[in-house]
Amino acid sequence: MDMTDMNSAATTTPSGRRQGEVILDLQNISLRFGGVKALTDISFNIREHEVRAIIGPNGAGKSSMLNVINGVYHPQEGRIMFRGQQRQKMEPHMAAQQGIARTFQNIALFKGMSVLDNIMTGRNLKMKCNLFQQALWLGPALREEIVHREKVEEIVDFLEIQHIRKTPVGALPYGLQKRVDLGRALAMEPQILLLDEPMAGMNVEEKQDMCRFILDISDQFGTTIVLIEHDMGVVMDISDRVVVLDYGKKIGDGTPDEVRNNQDVINAYLGSGH
Amino acid sequence: MFYRENGQFKTSYAADQQIFTIAQDKWFVWGLIAFAALAVPMLADEYMFRAILIPFLVLSLAALGVNLLVGYCGQITLGAGAFMAIGAYAAYNFMVRIDGMPLVLAMLLGGVSAAAFGILFGIPSLRVRGLYLAVATLAAQFLCDWAFLRIGWFTNHSSSGSVSVAKLEMLGWVIDSPTEKYLFCLAFVIAFAFIAKNLTRAAIGRQWMAIRDMDVAAEVIGIRPMFAKLSAFAVSSFFVGVAGALWGFVHLGSWEPAAFSVDRSFQLLFMVIIGGMGSIMGSFFGAAFIVILPIFLNQFLPLLGSLVGVTVSTAGISHAELIIFGSLIIFFLIVEPHGLARLWSIAKQKLRLWPFPH
Amino acid sequence: MAFFIETMLGGLMTGMLYSLVALGFVLIFKASGVFNFAQGAMVLVAALAMARFSEWSNAALGGDSLFLANVIGIVGAGAVMFVVAWAVERFVLRKLVNQEGATLLMVTLGIAYVLEGLGQTFFGSEIYSIDVGMPKDPVIMFEGLFEGGVLINKEDFIAAALAAVLVAGLTVFFQKTAIGRALRAVADDHQAAQSVGIPLNKTWVIVWCVAGLVALVAGIIWGSKMGVQFSLVTVALRALPVVILGGLTSVPGAIVGGLIIGVGEKLSEVYLGPYVGGGIEIWFAYVMALIVLLFRPQGLFGEKIINRV
Repeated sequence: MDMTDMNSAATTTPSGRRQGEVILDLQNISLRFGGVKALTDISFNIREHEVRAIIGPNGAGKSSMLNVINGVYHPQEGRIMFRGQQRQKMEPHMAAQQGIARTFQNIALFKGMSVLDNIMTGRNLKMKCNLFQQALWLGPALREEIVHREKVEEIVDFLEIQHIRKTPVGALPYGLQKRVDLGRALAMEPQILLLDEPMAGMNVEEKQDMCRFILDISDQFGTTIVLIEHDMGVVMDISDRVVVLDYGKKIGDGTPDEVRNNQDVINAYLGSGH
Repeated sequence: MFYRENGQFKTSYAADQQIFTIAQDKWFVWGLIAFAALAVPMLADEYMFRAILIPFLVLSLAALGVNLLVGYCGQITLGAGAFMAIGAYAAYNFMVRIDGMPLVLAMLLGGVSAAAFGILFGIPSLRVRGLYLAVATLAAQFLCDWAFLRIGWFTNHSSSGSVSVAKLEMLGWVIDSPTEKYLFCLAFVIAFAFIAKNLTRAAIGRQWMAIRDMDVAAEVIGIRPMFAKLSAFAVSSFFVGVAGALWGFVHLGSWEPAAFSVDRSFQLLFMVIIGGMGSIMGSFFGAAFIVILPIFLNQFLPLLGSLVGVTVSTAGISHAELIIFGSLIIFFLIVEPHGLARLWSIAKQKLRLWPFPH
Repeated sequence: MAFFIETMLGGLMTGMLYSLVALGFVLIFKASGVFNFAQGAMVLVAALAMARFSEWSNAALGGDSLFLANVIGIVGAGAVMFVVAWAVERFVLRKLVNQEGATLLMVTLGIAYVLEGLGQTFFGSEIYSIDVGMPKDPVIMFEGLFEGGVLINKEDFIAAALAAVLVAGLTVFFQKTAIGRALRAVADDHQAAQSVGIPLNKTWVIVWCVAGLVALVAGIIWGSKMGVQFSLVTVALRALPVVILGGLTSVPGAIVGGLIIGVGEKLSEVYLGPYVGGGIEIWFAYVMALIVLLFRPQGLFGEKIINRV
């Protein structure tokens, strides 16, 4: 695989999706918890507008990788370049301010709140009224609430969850919760959307819906998508480039076809004895 | 039959975001307010005002404050009594030390002082949660107990250790009869209840609930935990502080630090648990319940005792009170964590379908 | 200098009693993840039961054998603590498996109220005394070292020895026995422990029993020192900062924390108190705990808390 080529200017992928500049560049990332090495010397980049998949067996460090990208974990070594600037140590909410949103593997919705309120929290960064205006619910606060409500309703329409908008999320079936989780991330109007196993535990119809949503997000909003997924069929179909992790190390990086034929990757998935 | 929402269509998001989206709810609450402001002063006697209604209103306000923190933001506090004390003593000092200080302003400033200390003692919440936070808030409680007892400046060097407010007056209106005191408290409570409702349905309320339900996810979508938690501490302490000022000025008249002991803190927490965590209405239910239960037991237990031929002592009543409170807390936490407020909303659901059972 | 040492030793003795109560906290927290606010109420109930049972049996025996009456008292109080443990598990904890820590904390507040009410209804709410024949006469030590020596209560020595034995026994119990392992597994993860076949209900009863016995020992020592009365429940509030200081999951932490707080309290009261108006004992402990909390949330000896996503 030719690394120099990958860092050059915008290209077009086999899927026909336009692919922009490198937006996020991870260089030599290592992450340890005490003595346990979760990630070792991992480098890869993410280009604007692409669908980038991270795959690997259980425990390969995929979720840790996402947590590094959005600032939940702080790697001991390595650099993260965001739009060409080195990122300082940061908290998750700062990543959110830079336009990085994510969904969670074990749905992390606010279970005491309705679907609308959950998605509205995603608008939080864009709401500017102060405490006193909110306390009195007058003028600016009311107008702001309505403006953002309209945005949220667009997302509700997009994800086809109109009928449950006032239901507490705790009462929803799993598949719908996953959609709300996606909706909340979308409400941030993110530049980079991190999806942690968006299709885990879904049946075929739900998976198809979710795939459609992901592709629509990519096409309509041009959002860069980083995806962790176990379903190889899905990954190979919708992603532009794939990075493969195993035991915290990178063992492959490239287009789906390149990765599919990579011997290390085959060994990791089937065991090296084969 | 009469509690149904058909025919009430929302044509704008503004209409859909009102406090009461069902017209009947709106009329019910306005009716309740009208009843409390107009009918109650004519119906209730002095004992009712002194022993039940005024304590109920003031403690409702305090419980509302605690509920914002515990029920909405998920931060536990065992030091609410301390913030009541800060509110009361700060308001007292503003009154005593500044000539011509208006009563209401002094009380609000008492609330502001409580809010400042609320932020200070909320700082540990940024690093610890749950039981650890309980300890931090208890520290506030014991520090305040001590400070108001031992530091003479706070009590204006009163020799007995107790302080009192001579005359309650607002814009020439002298508040001295129980009815007037009741109306004064009622005005505060209604205003603050609306503020609380507004905050909880606005962006800040969503931030609090997000932190409560899943703090990591909240942070990932851009909520700053520091701002969310400390603002909850500030607003909650403000409410509690104003309630403390009302408790001291209006209900007690003169008071000692013991009026705001750790028992008061526990009592407020229990109101929130029994009334319903994360519910404005629940704060009122909880306060009503805890104010009325001891009075009820005092009347009822000796009666019950005499029926079976046992004399119930005062100690016996207070023990029974402990047992009943304790059991109810356990009961609500196990069976209905949303408290009486939840039972209320279940009743409303049933009423919607009435007269059909399903 | 002698006065300083006397103050410090006095602090150590009080601290040891805090340690005993703190130990009850730690045991239950380790085994069920419950922060048991009712530990103070348990001390009260245990002490009340002990005092009254021995009083009643003493009267029934005609006042001949204080020893026998005390044995009956201890056995009776032990039985009461067993009933408490069983009832707590059966009626409360069983229904709250996998709940959040804050809920469990609040539920123990409820338990505390119920225990306080029931205990006083059954055993009365006067001040009672416990006499287990501890020698009360003071001894003078270190006479060679200081002018006049240092005055110490014999009773305190026996109490300290008792506490040390108890701690050693509990440490062995937790680290070396199968039940101890099961208890630690339960504390770690309710569901996981259940799925490897550890009976949750039984372990909870056991650990609440053990905590009940620790409460009994604490109750007897406190009770024989200053009488059994309602104010014993405030012991829980005094011991709370101890656990935070020492670390919620650490038995040695409870001990060391208790001693630090005991000594710190006494020294601060004696040397700092006069300048600020006295009575600073109670908040001093809390402020110490708060400072530790800010810099080392897991306490001096606790296990590091790692948040996973």
